Amino acid sequence: MEIALLYVAGAVLLGLAGIGVGVGVGVLGARFLEGIARQPELLPMLRTQFFIVMGLVDAIPIIGVAIALYIMFAVVGG
Amino acid sequence: MASDAQTTTGYIKHHLQNLTYGQHADGSWGVAHGAAEAKAMGFWAIHLDTMFWSILLGALFLWGFRKAAQRASAQTPSGFLNFVEWIVEFVDENVRGSFSHKSDLVAPLALTLFVWVLLMNTMDLVPVDWIPQIAGLMGIEYMKVVPTTDPNATFGMALGVFVLTLFYSIKIKGVGGFAAELTMQPFQAKNPILKILFVPANFFLEFVSLISKPISLSLRLFGNLFAGEMIFILIALLFSGGAVLAVAGGVLQWAWAVFHILIVLLQAFIFMTLTIVYLEMAHSHH
Repeated sequence: MEIALLYVAGAVLLGLAGIGVGVGVGVLGARFLEGIARQPELLPMLRTQFFIVMGLVDAIPIIGVAIALYIMFAVVGG
Repeated sequence: MASDAQTTTGYIKHHLQNLTYGQHADGSWGVAHGAAEAKAMGFWAIHLDTMFWSILLGALFLWGFRKAAQRASAQTPSGFLNFVEWIVEFVDENVRGSFSHKSDLVAPLALTLFVWVLLMNTMDLVPVDWIPQIAGLMGIEYMKVVPTTDPNATFGMALGVFVLTLFYSIKIKGVGGFAAELTMQPFQAKNPILKILFVPANFFLEFVSLISKPISLSLRLFGNLFAGEMIFILIALLFSGGAVLAVAGGVLQWAWAVFHILIVLLQAFIFMTLTIVYLEMAHSHH
C-alpha cells in the first residue's frame, strides 16, 4: 500500500511537472516565434532572452522531476 | 565500491552520498560511513568532496585566467587567450546591459560566478562512475563529483550574493531608505495614517520577495544539476543489464550529455544574470 502510494506520488509529480513546463514553454515558444515573425532582425537578442526565460520557467518542474525520479528509484527500492 | 552498491537502490544512493566529515555519535571526529552516520552528524559536518572539487575548480579558474592576463599583449591573441577574451567580453557585455551604475565589484563578481559555476557544472559531463571508482580504488568510500548537485554549495553562493545585496541596499539607500523600500511598497498612500496601516502588509510581501531571491537562486541551480545527475545515474544503471541495454545506455548517455551541455551553460548564465539583476536592484532608488 505505502509503496503503491509512493509510486503514485512520483507519477503525479512527474505528470504535473510535465503539464506545467509544457504550458509554460509552449506559451513562451509561441511568443518567441511571433516575435521573430514580426521582427526577424531581432532573432539573436530574442533567442538569448528566450533561453534565459526558458531556464527560469523549467527550474521548478525540473526539481519536481528530480524528486519524482528519486522517489521512484531510490526511496521505493530501498 | 562499498557493499551497499550492489543493488539498484544502493547504487543510486551511493552516488548521491557526499563524503561527510563531522563528529561521530561517540564524540570522535572522522569521515562518515554511510548515509545514516552522515545524517547523525547533524549541522556541524562538512562535505569534503564538495569542498575539494569546488575549491580545485575555483583555483583552476583563477590560475588559468591569471595566466591569460599575464600573457595579454597588443599582438593578435591565439588559442586560450582568445577564449578568455571572449568570455570576459561576453560577461562585460551582459553586465553593461543590465547594470546601469558604477561599481568595481559587479563585473568581476559576475565573471567569477559564471566561470566557476560553469566549471562545476561541467563536472557533470564526466561519466558518473569514473571519478568515484578511482576514488574507491584509493580507499575513499563516497565521492560526489559535481559540487553544484550539493545544495550546500549552491546555497553558500546564493547567501554570498544575498549578503552583498543587503550590504549595497543599505550602503546606497541608507538604513532608512532600505526600510522604506521594505515597508512603503507596493501599497502606497498619501495619508500618513493609511501609510502606517499599510506597513504590515507591505512588509510581509516585500520580505517574502526578499527571502525568496536567494532560495530560488540556489534551488534553481541545484535542481537542474541534480536532475541531470539523477538521469545520468539512471542511464548508467543500463550498463549492467546486458549487451543490448548497454549499447542503448551508451547512446542515451551521449544524447543526454549533448542536451545537458545546454543546461550546464544556461544555468551558469542565469546564475550570473540574476546576480547582476539583484545587485542592480540593490543599487537603484525607487
